[in-house]
Amino acid sequence: MYALAGAMFSAFALLSVRDRSNPRRWGNGAFWGLLAVSFLFGSRIGDTANGVLVVALIVLGGTGALGRGSTERRSAEERAQRAARRGNALLVPALLIPLLAVIGTFTLGRIEVGGVPLADPNNVTLIALAVGILVALLVALWQAKAPPQAALEEGRRLADMIGWALMLPQLLAALGAVFALAGVGGAVGHVATTWLPLGHPFAAVLVYCLGMALFTMVMGNAFAAFPVMTAAIGVPLIVQRFGGDPAIMGAIGMLSGFCGTLVTPMAANFNIVPAVLLELPDRNAVIKVQIPTAIGLLACNIVLMYVLVFRF
Amino acid sequence: MNLWPLLAIAVLVVGFAAGVNPLLVILVTAFTAGLAAGIAPLRVLAALGHAFNATRYVSLVWLILPVIGLLEHEGLRERARTLIGRLRAATAGRILLLYLALRQLTAALGLTSLGGPAQMVRPIVAPMAEGAAESRLGRLSGPARHLVRAYAASADNVGAFFGEDIFIAVSSILLIKGFLAQSGYDIAPFRLSMWAIPTALLAFLIHGVRLWRLDAKLKRLAGGEQP
Repeated sequence: MYALAGAMFSAFALLSVRDRSNPRRWGNGAFWGLLAVSFLFGSRIGDTANGVLVVALIVLGGTGALGRGSTERRSAEERAQRAARRGNALLVPALLIPLLAVIGTFTLGRIEVGGVPLADPNNVTLIALAVGILVALLVALWQAKAPPQAALEEGRRLADMIGWALMLPQLLAALGAVFALAGVGGAVGHVATTWLPLGHPFAAVLVYCLGMALFTMVMGNAFAAFPVMTAAIGVPLIVQRFGGDPAIMGAIGMLSGFCGTLVTPMAANFNIVPAVLLELPDRNAVIKVQIPTAIGLLACNIVLMYVLVFRF
Repeated sequence: MNLWPLLAIAVLVVGFAAGVNPLLVILVTAFTAGLAAGIAPLRVLAALGHAFNATRYVSLVWLILPVIGLLEHEGLRERARTLIGRLRAATAGRILLLYLALRQLTAALGLTSLGGPAQMVRPIVAPMAEGAAESRLGRLSGPARHLVRAYAASADNVGAFFGEDIFIAVSSILLIKGFLAQSGYDIAPFRLSMWAIPTALLAFLIHGVRLWRLDAKLKRLAGGEQP
């Protein structure tokens, strides 16, 4: 799977370098090339070399070394005409991807060849998605009677459009690991419990839910916030001192964290990547329409937890 | 307790707020956190490299780019748009409301991979919503078009986030169960899913109402041209 991604990024790199319409074609080539190296050889070159690779990618992506290559060659009218000729058959490959991904998720893990599972059960969703993508690609190529290079060229076009934002989700996940190493979470929990008044059950619920949301905004991920906030406030105060129900606290606490996910640029794959994919001029446009929902829902969560957690 | 690593959070917030390129902000933040915790610079570099390599699976979704690119080249988005333009009952708000409901229900059944920004929103959902809005209001202005797209992405997020926790085997439920078990509370995943339902209903209500009102908002944006 990583080899497949590596091959794809290598192709993007080659196509970028050859694309003379892009004024910064060497920057794009280097960026996709380094990503290809990461996918092809990342597990063999050691941590320090990987670190240097990350810094090189950041410098390329962060300093505007990437340009945009040739964009769509067909006009909207031309595409509309083609679409009219092809009809709804066009939708088939697009819908095949999620369909096969779901079927694969539930079956691939169970199929065994000689006692060995066909797919690693931990990665089964990703593998199923990749299978769905490959099948859909074959169907689409066959329908369009196009050579594989055409698909790579169109993929390169989209990748150029996304640009450096493409590595953002992975980099943020890596930052989370560095935060854990540096003990950022422990420090936040320490501050929250030492400096805030938590003598009343409602105060404990309020701080726990708000803390989940705020800490999730900082980390970009409710999973990182949950252990810290629950160990610092949830279990010792809500459950042990005030007698709350741990299941209700955990469930609503996690969903309070998700309210934070809706409004932070740190959750790049949910908030920033869609904005880039949808070609919105404002990178934060998706976050902006989600803010009212997040605030309203967080308030609901606080009330819900206070009403329910001490009752069951 | 060493509180200096909190400096990293300040760097992060200031960097994002000042509009510096996020990649650079993250790099500086990572080194701030590491150095403040007393870790040698080279070890921070190695830790970042190790973590980046270990999280490559996050970027595997990009394997989708060639097939989506090819389908768009063949006119997929235009097709999705005309398909919806023909339905007279369709409005941008109603389509997104329907998508929110479907997304939340399927996520609650564990089918989170049915949606997603690259798979569904860009090629299908957003063009459908735009198509519906255009067949009502005529050609959309830039800001109106961008608003429809942003709402399409938000429906995907809200539906997925507040649906998936109703499914028992989702990773967040397993994390809650695992962490509470460590703290001495053994809880059946079913109880956790059950208590995710009230919030899920409220999420649908709140975001649903906002999607419903999107049509009126678009009409206002289109200005007095409509009779």
